Amino acid sequence: MIARLRMLGKMVLGLLQVLGRSGSFVALSLFRVPNIRKGTPLLIKQLYMVGVLSLPIIVVSGIFIGMVLSLQGYTILVDFGAEQAVGTMLALSLTRELGPVVTGLLFAGRAGSSLTAEIGLMKATEQITSMEMLSVDPLRYVIAPRLLAGFIAMPILALIFNAVGIWGGYLVSVEWLNVDSGSFWSNMQGATEFGEDVLNGIIKTVVFAFVVSWIAVFQGFDAVPTSEGIGRATTKTVVYGSLAILGLDFILTAVMFGDL
Amino acid sequence: MSATSDNFIEIRGLCFAQGDRVIFDNIDIDVPRGQITAVMGPSGTGKTTLLRLIGRQLRPTAGEILIDGQNVCELGRKDLYALRRRMGMLFQSGALFTDRTVYDNVAFPLREHTRLPEAMIRDIVLMKLQAVGLRGARDMMPSELSGGMNRRAALARTIALDPEIIMYDEPFAGQDPIGMGVLLELIRLLNSSLSMTSIVVSHDIQETASIADKIYVIAEGKVIGKGSPQQLREDQSPMVRQFMQGLPDGPVPFHYPAQDFGDDMLGEHQ
Repeated sequence: MIARLRMLGKMVLGLLQVLGRSGSFVALSLFRVPNIRKGTPLLIKQLYMVGVLSLPIIVVSGIFIGMVLSLQGYTILVDFGAEQAVGTMLALSLTRELGPVVTGLLFAGRAGSSLTAEIGLMKATEQITSMEMLSVDPLRYVIAPRLLAGFIAMPILALIFNAVGIWGGYLVSVEWLNVDSGSFWSNMQGATEFGEDVLNGIIKTVVFAFVVSWIAVFQGFDAVPTSEGIGRATTKTVVYGSLAILGLDFILTAVMFGDL
Repeated sequence: MSATSDNFIEIRGLCFAQGDRVIFDNIDIDVPRGQITAVMGPSGTGKTTLLRLIGRQLRPTAGEILIDGQNVCELGRKDLYALRRRMGMLFQSGALFTDRTVYDNVAFPLREHTRLPEAMIRDIVLMKLQAVGLRGARDMMPSELSGGMNRRAALARTIALDPEIIMYDEPFAGQDPIGMGVLLELIRLLNSSLSMTSIVVSHDIQETASIADKIYVIAEGKVIGKGSPQQLREDQSPMVRQFMQGLPDGPVPFHYPAQDFGDDMLGEHQ
């Protein structure tokens, strides 16, 4: 009994320690006077690595998800003679849920894992230590640009995902299944509100971006500097990141749309 | 010049433990200004840890480390970074930034800490690369360099800001005889021509003894011998003798502590 209590206490203490470390880690990297002259080139490079290089996977997934959604929606709606509503269904499900969530999951897999592996390897090869010995703060030089790039890139990626998804849905429902183009667009416009749907979706992606980038850089920085440790940290990034996104998505949806 | 008043680094009563393992138990080390001090000892005695303590990558359990009169353990972030700018450390792996060329690696500290125009940075970088003989390799990536070139490029980066002290972590480990000779010559040259203070951590006895002014031998968490290379060669204590002459067995046993060999072999069947 006592042994179990002790184990429980140890686990809770360990958890709190990790939370504290990661909290102070993110605070130390971000809440600083920014150095625009030196920081901007680093940020731009990371925006390219994290954002631009994630574009192909986001665009391709967006097209296919939009296509599948409208195909599935059409087969159900056509039984009720309501196939014009396929545009509405497409736009609402993409902006409210699928855009933020799928982008977040893909981002955790594509950009998050590479951030973790990169930082972990920099640590294993003593690059982080040597940076400290050259009096350059790695939190500022390595971590902060990557975190910021994640915050900036992911909401934009989610918006691109939405737009491409709607286009994919248009291809299937209008071009292929002959839904009337006018009613497709006008139903969509009539049902989608900027504040209610699009903005809430963007708020979700900002939250997901923060959580995923935080988990990714912290796991990399906190990784055991061996090949096994880096492998484990990369896995943790994807697993924790995805679970955090799905869990937070439910909470945010309940807060945003619970009273509708 | 009296030895005590002119030490760049003074370590007093340093204790350090990692978990249950005691790595340093109350050691004192002086590093005289402008000289080459070597810290030697069998592998696993925490020589690299000592350098990390001096650079405050790690904090000691007890004791103090005075660098030019400042106790590193008590420095705030800002002072620590200011102090580190005066120190250079050459890592065993070189630790070059793998995403940039040799040139950009050497330019990195200059770009971060000075506001020199790019033309002047270029001059300094080329001078440093010339000093280590790698001016022709400036456009290569670290992954394209051999082990010896890697370490020399890292040395060029370390001296880019003209530090007052350089800490060499196992500079000779894994080097071929030519690379070893080159590094020995560079360390000696940097020390004499730029009057830098140097700490060399190594277990290559002959090479280190040939350049060091003063040697500390550390084993089992304690300083077991110190003095000039000549004094240490004549030291009669069994541990120092074993180490300096490279005898396989002695006070430092060949076998890692284990139960009796006979019992261990039979253990499976009982």
